[in-house]
Amino acid sequence: MRSAFRFLRIRSGAIGLAVVVFVVVVALFGRYVAPHDPNVPVGTPLSGPSSAAHLGTDFLGRDVLSRLLYGGRSVIGLAAAATVLAYAIGLAIGLIAGYSRSKVDPILMRTVDVMLAFPPLLFLLVLITGAGSGVGVLIIGVAAIQAPSISRIVRTATLEVTVRGYVEAAVARGERAAAVVVREVLPNILAPVLVDAGLRFTYSILIIASVNYLGLGLQPPASDWALLISENREYIALNVWAVLAPAAMIALLTIGVNLMGDAIARSLGRSYVPRTTRSVPA
Amino acid sequence: MTAVAEPRRATREASPVVAFLVRRLIGALLALFVASVLIFVGTAVLPGDAASVVLGRGATPQAVHTLDERMHLDRPLLEQYTSWLGGFVHGDLGDSSVGLAQGQKHAPVWDLISNQVKNSVILALVTALFMIPLSLGLGALAAVYAGRAVDHAVSIGSLAAIALPEFVIGSLLVGVFFVWLDVLPPVALIPPGDNPLSHPEKLVLPVATLLLASLAAGIRMVRAGMVEVLQTEYVQTARLNGLAERWVLWRYAMRNALAPSVQVLAQNLQWLIGGIIITENVFAYPGIGTTLVTAVGNRDLTLVQSVAMMIAVVYVFLNLLADLIVMLLVPKLREPA
Repeated sequence: MRSAFRFLRIRSGAIGLAVVVFVVVVALFGRYVAPHDPNVPVGTPLSGPSSAAHLGTDFLGRDVLSRLLYGGRSVIGLAAAATVLAYAIGLAIGLIAGYSRSKVDPILMRTVDVMLAFPPLLFLLVLITGAGSGVGVLIIGVAAIQAPSISRIVRTATLEVTVRGYVEAAVARGERAAAVVVREVLPNILAPVLVDAGLRFTYSILIIASVNYLGLGLQPPASDWALLISENREYIALNVWAVLAPAAMIALLTIGVNLMGDAIARSLGRSYVPRTTRSVPA
Repeated sequence: MTAVAEPRRATREASPVVAFLVRRLIGALLALFVASVLIFVGTAVLPGDAASVVLGRGATPQAVHTLDERMHLDRPLLEQYTSWLGGFVHGDLGDSSVGLAQGQKHAPVWDLISNQVKNSVILALVTALFMIPLSLGLGALAAVYAGRAVDHAVSIGSLAAIALPEFVIGSLLVGVFFVWLDVLPPVALIPPGDNPLSHPEKLVLPVATLLLASLAAGIRMVRAGMVEVLQTEYVQTARLNGLAERWVLWRYAMRNALAPSVQVLAQNLQWLIGGIIITENVFAYPGIGTTLVTAVGNRDLTLVQSVAMMIAVVYVFLNLLADLIVMLLVPKLREPA
């Protein structure tokens, strides 16, 4: 387990972790220190920062700081839900395809190919046209976008593991397929499968926030960083903080996760492929 | 296309190219077919009746029935699908559902979007015009100075930019260049019929947003390719022969670093499509992205279906083009397997 934290030795990785922890803490617990109710006007609309409202007020006169402190939970919560659902689907399909080596296999590969040949945002927009905008549609749609490639990775990992001695031993003991998959295969593929979970989570954040920004996901008066940006975008000249503060929070979160992901990839790459670290002649 | 353009190539050499092309073409058509089913099913999974959704809650049963007929929603699904796709293939994008709902006899989708398509294409082309040389140049720069300050600046900068969604980049840019510096307009409203190129100041921020969002991947890929190529023996030999460094870089190294980069550049152009949808909305640019999002909000089924299909065609075509260019750049791929 210690090797999992080796990325912290890379400075950008440590910085990334610190930033992510900061944003997540603000998102999850910020509401408990919010000075005002996020849905109640506290002053003149679009007034600048003052001692009563440290980041000024939004287009309806609500406190920007309070809305900011409330608005992170949905960003992280929706993305987390979509990512977890994507992994649940991906693991199930991938395990079945890899373990049974059945006809699911070619179908799965084709599906992934097609998904890669279709713009994800467009997929979501089409889905929203059909099913209407809503939190459920958003989560299911984003999970559906990510599930095929996850199941492909799971399938590959499963294929590698099923030929190992301990799986064959379990099969020889006469254990049921489900038991073998859950007890022998799953624990041994989890690490490689979850390596890119962080990046998928960022991706979920990006695309869900984008749909929310377009006004096709969460609806007002919800406090959500993406929604905060879009509802105050028109009035940016009057109180720039109503737009820049939530934009900065999303920026910090995604940049932080990316710095971490990059550092993790590099720390893993170094131990597996030492050749790439050879100093480069300029 | 290659085989036609180079008729003198011996058939023995050309056949793998043709076979490759045919394979890819079939794959692309298959992908488009599945995309069309996805789009159609996706918009058809309405909980309830499409016509009443378009019309809104207060619609009379009579109005719903009439619209059903006019949108051909009373026919079987398969028939609806084939007539939609058949029309699309022949260039007939159908009538806008919202237009029909408002009682218009004809509301051809194409008339509603033709100007916006033009605007979006211009935005995309201007962005690509800057994107390709910038990603090659900055990637090469980072590779040449690998491990030094320039490299770190480019690498960290692109890592940060790749993480940001377009609407955040756009909002930050507006904050800086409109609110604080007051040098650029915050929106890119182009009067209908005007050529966006005649309003260059309005294009600056949208193009900059798209560039920042899409450059990073290309830069990182070019850098990786160049770093590898710069260590090869033929580059060392060229240097030892006393060739000018610039010549070595551009004639020897860049060409071989390019092949993997082409794929990424094509991917970038694909991302650009998703990016354009968002960026247009950030700046209220009258393009296909703003039209699409408005149509999704209005539940204009026909318009969404047709625009989505058009975008899918462009997307798949870009993929095909990338494969083709890579094949032309790497002679090895042209030989029979």
